[in-house]
Amino acid sequence: MQAFEYASPTTLKEALALLGERWGEADVLAGGTDLLSLMKDYVHTPKRVVNIKGIAELGGIRKTAAGLRIGATVTLDELLSNPTVRAEYPSLWAAAEGVTSPQIRNMGTVGGDLCQRPRCWYFRLGYGLLAQKDGRSLVVNGENKYHAIFGGGPAYFVSASSLGPALVALGARIKLASASGTRELSAAEFFVIPKSDSEREIALRPNEILTEVLVPPAAGVRNATYEVRHKEALDWPLATASVALRMKGTTVESAKVVMGHVAPIPWQAKEAEQFLAGKTVTEEVAEQAGKAAVAGAKPLSQNAYKVRLAQVAVKRALLAAARGKA
Amino acid sequence: MKKSKHPEAKAQPVTGVSRRGFIRGVGLSGGAVGLLHPEAEAAQAPAVLGPGPVPITLLINGKPHKLEVEPRVTLLDALRERLELTGAKRVCDRGTCGACTVILGGKAVYACSVLAIDAQGKPIQTVEGINAGGRLHPVAAAFVNHDAQQCGYCTPGFVMAAKAFLDRNPNPTLEQVRKGLGGNLCRCGTYMGIRQAVLEAAKQLRGGARNA
Amino acid sequence: MPEPNYSWPPKEKRRVIGKRVSRIDGPAKASGRGKYGSDIHQPGLLFAALLTCPHAHARVRSVDTKEAQALKGVTAVEVISGPGTEIQWAGTEVAAVAAVTEEIARDAVRRIKVDYEILPHAVKEDDLKAAGARSKPAGEVLVGDPDDAFKKADVISEGEYGIPVLQHCCLEPHGQVVMWKGDSIEYWPSTQNVSGIGGDLAKSLEVPAANVHVHQDHMGGGFGSKFSADRWGVVAAKLSRASGGRPVKLFLDRRTELEIAGARPSGFARIKLGARKDGTILVWESHSWGTSGVGGGGVAATQLPYVFTNIPNKRVNHTGVITHTGPARAWRAPNHPQASFLTCCAIEDLAARLNLDPLEVFDKNFQYTARPEVYRAQLRKAAELIEWKKLWHPRGQSGPGPVKRGLGIGVATWGGLGHASDCRTTIHPDGSVEVELGSQDLGTGTRTVIAMVAAETLGLQVNQIQVKIGDNRYPPSGGSGGSTTVGGVSASTRKSTMNALQKLFEAVAPGLGVPPDQLEAVDGKIQVKGNPAKSLTWKAACQKLGVKPIVEMGQNNPKNPMGLISQGVGGIQIADVSVDTETGIVKLNRLVAVQDCGLIINPKTAESQVYGACIMAICGALFEERIMCQQTGRFLNADMEFYKLAGIDDIGEIIVHLDITPEHDARGVIGLGEPPVIPGIAAIANAVANAIGVRVPRVPLTPDRVLAALEGRRA
Repeated sequence: MQAFEYASPTTLKEALALLGERWGEADVLAGGTDLLSLMKDYVHTPKRVVNIKGIAELGGIRKTAAGLRIGATVTLDELLSNPTVRAEYPSLWAAAEGVTSPQIRNMGTVGGDLCQRPRCWYFRLGYGLLAQKDGRSLVVNGENKYHAIFGGGPAYFVSASSLGPALVALGARIKLASASGTRELSAAEFFVIPKSDSEREIALRPNEILTEVLVPPAAGVRNATYEVRHKEALDWPLATASVALRMKGTTVESAKVVMGHVAPIPWQAKEAEQFLAGKTVTEEVAEQAGKAAVAGAKPLSQNAYKVRLAQVAVKRALLAAARGKA
Repeated sequence: MKKSKHPEAKAQPVTGVSRRGFIRGVGLSGGAVGLLHPEAEAAQAPAVLGPGPVPITLLINGKPHKLEVEPRVTLLDALRERLELTGAKRVCDRGTCGACTVILGGKAVYACSVLAIDAQGKPIQTVEGINAGGRLHPVAAAFVNHDAQQCGYCTPGFVMAAKAFLDRNPNPTLEQVRKGLGGNLCRCGTYMGIRQAVLEAAKQLRGGARNA
Repeated sequence: MPEPNYSWPPKEKRRVIGKRVSRIDGPAKASGRGKYGSDIHQPGLLFAALLTCPHAHARVRSVDTKEAQALKGVTAVEVISGPGTEIQWAGTEVAAVAAVTEEIARDAVRRIKVDYEILPHAVKEDDLKAAGARSKPAGEVLVGDPDDAFKKADVISEGEYGIPVLQHCCLEPHGQVVMWKGDSIEYWPSTQNVSGIGGDLAKSLEVPAANVHVHQDHMGGGFGSKFSADRWGVVAAKLSRASGGRPVKLFLDRRTELEIAGARPSGFARIKLGARKDGTILVWESHSWGTSGVGGGGVAATQLPYVFTNIPNKRVNHTGVITHTGPARAWRAPNHPQASFLTCCAIEDLAARLNLDPLEVFDKNFQYTARPEVYRAQLRKAAELIEWKKLWHPRGQSGPGPVKRGLGIGVATWGGLGHASDCRTTIHPDGSVEVELGSQDLGTGTRTVIAMVAAETLGLQVNQIQVKIGDNRYPPSGGSGGSTTVGGVSASTRKSTMNALQKLFEAVAPGLGVPPDQLEAVDGKIQVKGNPAKSLTWKAACQKLGVKPIVEMGQNNPKNPMGLISQGVGGIQIADVSVDTETGIVKLNRLVAVQDCGLIINPKTAESQVYGACIMAICGALFEERIMCQQTGRFLNADMEFYKLAGIDDIGEIIVHLDITPEHDARGVIGLGEPPVIPGIAAIANAVANAIGVRVPRVPLTPDRVLAALEGRRA
């Protein structure tokens, strides 16, 4: 780790004043489960680290008429312990539960989950976000079994966020604050596919802090997440799917189907969503929807299996949602 | 109070406490822009510490420990190298294996992924603390009884993870034990013993044994 | 007096041996009190960091350490790979820095400037055709007339199988604290070789071996990789001397630990079997390949066919493949897990081809092994424990539904003869007993075994014995490799304690009015045989020594084991798996391990060895592999996140059956650390083939490979 200066402000205003205008100047510290590793590997070498855990206004989960407001520093464990999350947002709950290390759940925050950097091994070894060497993608020609099957490059890492797919499917909004004000993005807009190494995979700017997540009310929305993970112990998913189905009786009025760990962003399966509208979710319909979801996949040399896994994840998430309460 | 045994850790100049916004132009963003109203900004900015050693106090096993560390020093390295509390082990050093598990503010955490400076103000429990006075905590005792350790390098982390787990789940099923210790890895392969040890420790603790 | 009869007491007379004793260093470890090399603090301790090479193949042109040296807090900088050095794998040590904090040492390392001439590299070996000039054929082994035998065979079964390079991934990384002051060195390594490692370090430093003092209370895993002082030991010592003799701590970081401190050779093979309709194998033909790094290597050809060595017709070829990768080190049962996997997969594929129950095919071909009856009995026992009759089905006939269940078999053999070991027993006049050996406890329970043997011999309780190991000033014991430790230390301890007891008998015999050979040590007393009324308590007996303690040696000589120890064990494991054929995820339900063993001193820790070995095999079967990138030459998953190890919920249930019989007991003590790690990978791979109906040719059985096999693709 490179030496840095450190601050632990107690108000958002103070924290924002401590941020830089460019990446590399200051990093925001919450749970630390990713940032410390990035710094130890010299992937991040911030001059300053701003700890936001002491900022009371960034914590807490509140149920309002507009939905659920989740503070950025809410830990995954707090999320899992929240009765509303458990009862009304099973897709979000399951996504948090999929982080099978209690220690990570105790430390890791909602904001941190959304802002964490990709686990791409080339990125972590210092080859940059797009993992290029002499202008060529190391991923395309190299070891890509855990990489993207959607997106088509030049970024081939997969979004590491566990909560992202569920939040996109639920239509959540993400609030970002900077010294000059706040802005709000949909979860879908928050994740972006970078075109160059100097860009980021999220819309957050260096002078901003993710302050909260707003999840709309889930009344009438059946939702579920299914994760394909190799290990039961702490392990990154190979593919996940989060679905949110707005129901009219047993019929799907509209559907959101979002796959995780298959693209640089949570990948919305528009084809599957369209296919599901007006249908009752049966085994057969779920199977078809899974197929539709991956129809546009473009696997790399070693990750064709992820197409199948994503398809199965969509199917199983749909069936779980259909079995659940609306 | 215990003092750090590493006076030389001060070898770098102590930057001490300052109040400053992001100082643009100190080789960070190129041009020396400077601040228009540094005093005004300083008044509302919080303390910025480091990058040199900073005095901190850690509340470990019920006792405050004062030491001086750079902000970049992890809680694990502070425990191991500054305070000679070497029960927590450094194995992956990347928040994956659990060998460094301690209980911070009542929750199991990876000490390798917490900055020491950020661990202030909350009670820190280490494996030495729960086994203080030469008396084995029921969890550690059960690990011994069920031979839930071989080389033993993962064991303190597992003991702490298991203790934190039992604090929240005093009467777990085997299935819950298997799910509840997913944040620790062992290379010698002691998991069969650990499962039994945690179930036995739960029984012991419910039976009124000491629960530190 | 004649030499005592050192034989183990008959089973019915043992009071300590054979009991389930909790390991005596358990409390120290579980409480965090126990100190490992990496936990050692000494006044004035300095911290070292290594600069390693990011290139797989390069020549060092220059190393500039000026800026590192100038950094405040740095006490010494040493260059390891100077100008002209050819680097042959990424992670190679180039330079090292000692400083007052680890953070400063790392800062300094980043200020060292190295100019490399990049050379072409090759880091892959799984495709033999692509190896080209990197191939090193080992020569053909020919037995009988394979061509003729293939003509006579009713059926020919062919397959290709592969097992990648695995890493030791010891949780305590390699390294040491070392202090080189004047002409003597204090040395706290993490080692499997307490008696030998000091000499190894001395050799590289031109210091008399007598001047190196090795200390090790506990060590955090070795698995075959921690015998020598290594370059990091040598450089740490040099840094210490250059820092005025201050102690220096240098342990590898996780990435470097995986990159350079231990790898198991890979083993790939094309195997062709010819057999009769009844499953009797007539002929074996194999061409294997693999890598151990720049030396070529891979699984030794002599290991194939494994266990079934007496197949009458054989043609065996092997090609080592040179790769610019971290060099192999001995890995728990070197070559055996790979060879077992290759062989047992080929045999189960033959059984499937013949539509025969593999139980029958293994049974029939055990005639080609050194111990057919042992294997047959073990296979029966394992089949009974896994409920083979109830659960087995012909390959692929797993019924409806996406989750398929299957069973599979793996076989092992191992030696395990005790190594050379000297032991010194001291009986003090106050009754306290010290037993000293320059041995080490890798977590196998060595300390406890020594205490149990001493307690048994002296008629004392385990907690009355002070076991002193982990210091090279104690009498020398072999390194812990080859499952040789338990045999070595139990025999030397038995002899040493018995010799000491003999002296005690001589001291107290006059008082009890009988010759010394009429005395026995039982239940904390020295008593006249057959007359417990005529006795002295242990303490009272020892008081007769006056002021002079008894100090007696005992030695295990592997060439003359005197019935105390033996070698040669077998083992059978059967796996029960469920495979989700939609995701390719394999779940182990159960693994049954039937393990032949000799006299078991401590069943508790012996079973732990088997459980642990099974779990290591599960990791190898399902999760572990080194992933090298040809473009960058880097080991991509040199971490604990993508170098995957099973967690507590990834191992199913393990059922251990130690094959304890009077016949095995009579053979004496045999090492157990390695044999049970061998058959599990084969058993699990075979169970998956049985479940899903097709062979997944390469392990680990990851979803990509399982799905590819199901879809008829190559992963």
